[in-house]
Amino acid sequence: MLMQEGLPFHPQFVDREFWSVVNSLWLIPALPMLAAGAIALLKQPRRKLAAGLAIGSLSVSLVISLLAFAHVVAGWANHVAVRETVNFTWMQVGAAHVDLGWVLDPLSAIMMVMVCFVGLLIFIYSVGYMAHDENFTRFFCFLALFAGAMLGVVISNSLLLLFMNWEIVGLTSYLLIGFWYHKPSAAAAAKKAFMTTRVGDVFFLLGLVWLFAQTGTLLFYNSGTGSMEPLALGGLLATPSVWGLTAAGAIGLLIFAGAVGKSGQLPLHVWLPDAMEGPTPVSALIHAATMVAAGVYLVARVYPLMQAGIQPGGSTTALTVVTWVGAVTAVFAALIAIAQDDIKRILAYSTISQLGYMMAGLGLGGVAVGMFHLITHAFFKSLLFMGSGSVIHGCDDEQDVRKMGGLRTTMKVTFLTYAAGMLALCGFPIFFSGFWSKDGILEAAKHWSLSSGPFYLLVFGAALTAFYMMRQVSYVFFGEWRGHDHAHESPKVMTVPLVILAFFAMALGAIGTPAWPWFQSFLGNRATSFAWSSFSQPGLMTLMLSSSTVVIVGLLAAWWIYGNKSPRAEEPDVLERAIPPVWVLLRNKMYVDELYGVTVVAFYWWWARVADWLDRRVWGGAVTGVVWAFRGLAHLNRLMDVHWVDGGFDKGCEELAGGGGLLARVQSGRVQTYLRLLALAAAVLAVILIWSSRG
Amino acid sequence: MSIVFWMISALTLAGGLAAVLLKNLVHCALAVTVAFAGLALLFLQLDAQFAGFAQILVYIGAVAILVVFAILLTRNSETPKEGGVFSRTWLAGLAVAAAVFAVLGWAVLAGAKGLPGGAAAAPAVTVNEIGRALMGRYVLPLEIVALLLTAALIGAVIVAMHETLNVNGNGRAK
Amino acid sequence: MSPLAGYLMVAALLFAIGLAGALTRRNAILVLIGIELMLNAANLNLIAFWRYGPHPEALTGMMFAIFSIAVAAAEAAVGLGLVIQIHRHLKTTDLDEMNRMKG
Repeated sequence: MLMQEGLPFHPQFVDREFWSVVNSLWLIPALPMLAAGAIALLKQPRRKLAAGLAIGSLSVSLVISLLAFAHVVAGWANHVAVRETVNFTWMQVGAAHVDLGWVLDPLSAIMMVMVCFVGLLIFIYSVGYMAHDENFTRFFCFLALFAGAMLGVVISNSLLLLFMNWEIVGLTSYLLIGFWYHKPSAAAAAKKAFMTTRVGDVFFLLGLVWLFAQTGTLLFYNSGTGSMEPLALGGLLATPSVWGLTAAGAIGLLIFAGAVGKSGQLPLHVWLPDAMEGPTPVSALIHAATMVAAGVYLVARVYPLMQAGIQPGGSTTALTVVTWVGAVTAVFAALIAIAQDDIKRILAYSTISQLGYMMAGLGLGGVAVGMFHLITHAFFKSLLFMGSGSVIHGCDDEQDVRKMGGLRTTMKVTFLTYAAGMLALCGFPIFFSGFWSKDGILEAAKHWSLSSGPFYLLVFGAALTAFYMMRQVSYVFFGEWRGHDHAHESPKVMTVPLVILAFFAMALGAIGTPAWPWFQSFLGNRATSFAWSSFSQPGLMTLMLSSSTVVIVGLLAAWWIYGNKSPRAEEPDVLERAIPPVWVLLRNKMYVDELYGVTVVAFYWWWARVADWLDRRVWGGAVTGVVWAFRGLAHLNRLMDVHWVDGGFDKGCEELAGGGGLLARVQSGRVQTYLRLLALAAAVLAVILIWSSRG
Repeated sequence: MSIVFWMISALTLAGGLAAVLLKNLVHCALAVTVAFAGLALLFLQLDAQFAGFAQILVYIGAVAILVVFAILLTRNSETPKEGGVFSRTWLAGLAVAAAVFAVLGWAVLAGAKGLPGGAAAAPAVTVNEIGRALMGRYVLPLEIVALLLTAALIGAVIVAMHETLNVNGNGRAK
Repeated sequence: MSPLAGYLMVAALLFAIGLAGALTRRNAILVLIGIELMLNAANLNLIAFWRYGPHPEALTGMMFAIFSIAVAAAEAAVGLGLVIQIHRHLKTTDLDEMNRMKG
């Protein structure tokens, strides 16, 4: 939707004042992290205490974030653009210093409230869902740690602090996906998630280091010297880099690569479906509402960098890449979702697709467009995940949709809330928030100057979304019950959060309609007011009507194919009979995993074998060679010692003894021998004496 | 270098040679007696009358007799010894003796120039003077020789005594 | 050759003969005889030097010779006594067989 033209604020970026709430902002992530540390020290059976610590700390964080949000809203109402930062020096090396800090502005305020609120609801939901699990305490420890790290990402004013929390978020995702680690599939999925996001993180780190090297600071905002502020951006724009990009564009793309990994965009999306191995609350919290949204949030945070050098009506290289990646991912994932049979896997591909929408929205229309869809998606996707968790719980841990059915009557509350979420996701007009947020993206796409490709892709994606969601709903809630035993409704502790989320899934649309675009104005630091007349903008009604038509067509098509019929699991799907090759391709997730297995993973195994060979033969051989050389030397030494030293010594002794033996023969015992010697000696002596006296 | 000198020298030397060369021990003893006599005559020729007579008395009268006694007392067999009377290594002994003679002869001949030559006046030595010398100047050697002779006498007696063994095993001289 | 030299030569020859006998004969008594001959040769030397040397009135040479005779006699006595004793023990006077001090 076009932004309502209002008077832009004078940007008065107020530096923090002593009594401001921003000084306590650090408590928001710190409290859940401390709770996680405390829970880690508890013994397993202390369930109530663990849950209490986690929920309590997150509630306090929610209160503080609401206070901060109120502060920002108050500022907005007074036409003040609030951006308050608290920065401090973390490390000093010579003249260079690394700063960390946190920031309070509309973007972080909104995100903070959403994360705390949705997180709190999911924490409460988990109390019921994980009640039978024996590792209850460990679960809440990891959940609290995750919440703390995610909030750290949100409030961070420094790219480095954001990266550190980003890594902790990745770690907790690994821990939670592999929560049931004794299941090999879960352990493998956790490893896959970590490795795939790591690939993105490498590029992120490169971008981070480059940014620091270029601008000398990693802070976003720092009274004019921050890296997102015009001074630094001007410098980055002026520096050229490879392939015709400026430094700004290149760094922006590197940081976007990190977001690609975390948010499951096209090349690095392979981990998200497998991440469904984790418990359902984990899927709801991490892989719907928050962690995967962190990538989108990151792009929103560094948007000035991505946008640097933009001409009015044009786009930068970075934003173009973001848009195309998002649009292609949206369609790609939606196609695959059609052919899946696991209830959570359908939702996972749906998440990937919606994330593509968010990225496209950021690239096409700016921060507000993408962020609005992120906020609405957080609510209805977590609602859908939690609803699916309720269904799985009610069907005794059955996850195949073909083995469910008819739950409309047995699980009423779940059905109603799930339907609300599903319609919001599809973008059913007027009453569901998804409609308004998705339309905002479509409108931005329509008016994109570079190409209309993204627009058509996104419209096609909307149709597919409606189709596969209707397919899923008719499999699960309509038709006959095809499972074993009986299904039962979930306890209140699980259904109450569903109701709350359903309410928000419907009501949130109201803050983003063209009539009153409060959300967009709030993020854009503009004044706004309620005006029906904004609906009369050229092309707006047409767009709204056409998108509604597309959605309804998709829903009807799916109802007509799947409707009240109850296909058994053993029968092939209707579409499978119709277009077998396409179906097989979609069912096997377009063979992306297999492609990676053949290329990346195979290369990795080959390299590991090479390294092993090197280690064993070359280095080991060298060591063995040295050992042999020394052993040879030792032998030589021994030989020398035995034959030459010892032998020589022994020979010397023998000769000495022989000599002594010879000399002993003089002592013959015969008197005449002695006499002779005496006489001879006397004669010699006489000669000597005479000679010497004569001389 | 009168002819008498040469004759007496020949006699002495012949006696000496005979003493060391003869096979029969008694013949050797008698030959050495002849050598003693020859020496006595040489002393007399040298105007050392007292020494000459002392030589006859002591050497011929005592030492020769002693040697004969010893020979007679140690005759255990008349059979000739195996290997002859000379040692197996007699040549080494002869060589040593020859070497000693060579040294002595060389010393005499080399210093022949410095020797007091000519016939000096014969000293008149009376027994009275000898007696006075013995009691006067040479009294100490005289006494010591006396002691020596005593010791030799006792020693010879002890050495030559028969020893017999008692029942206790103590040796007691007989 | 002066008379003295003649006497000295004779004495030397007699000495050598005595030495040869002492060194080569197998009988112990003959060794003693050889020793006596050597002593006699030394006496002859003494007397000859007394006669032809300076100051014969000091009687030094003669005294020396007389004492030598006395000592020779004593020594002969003891020596022969020893030979007799050895003969009693070893039943022989053959020097070649007396090698119990062999080392």
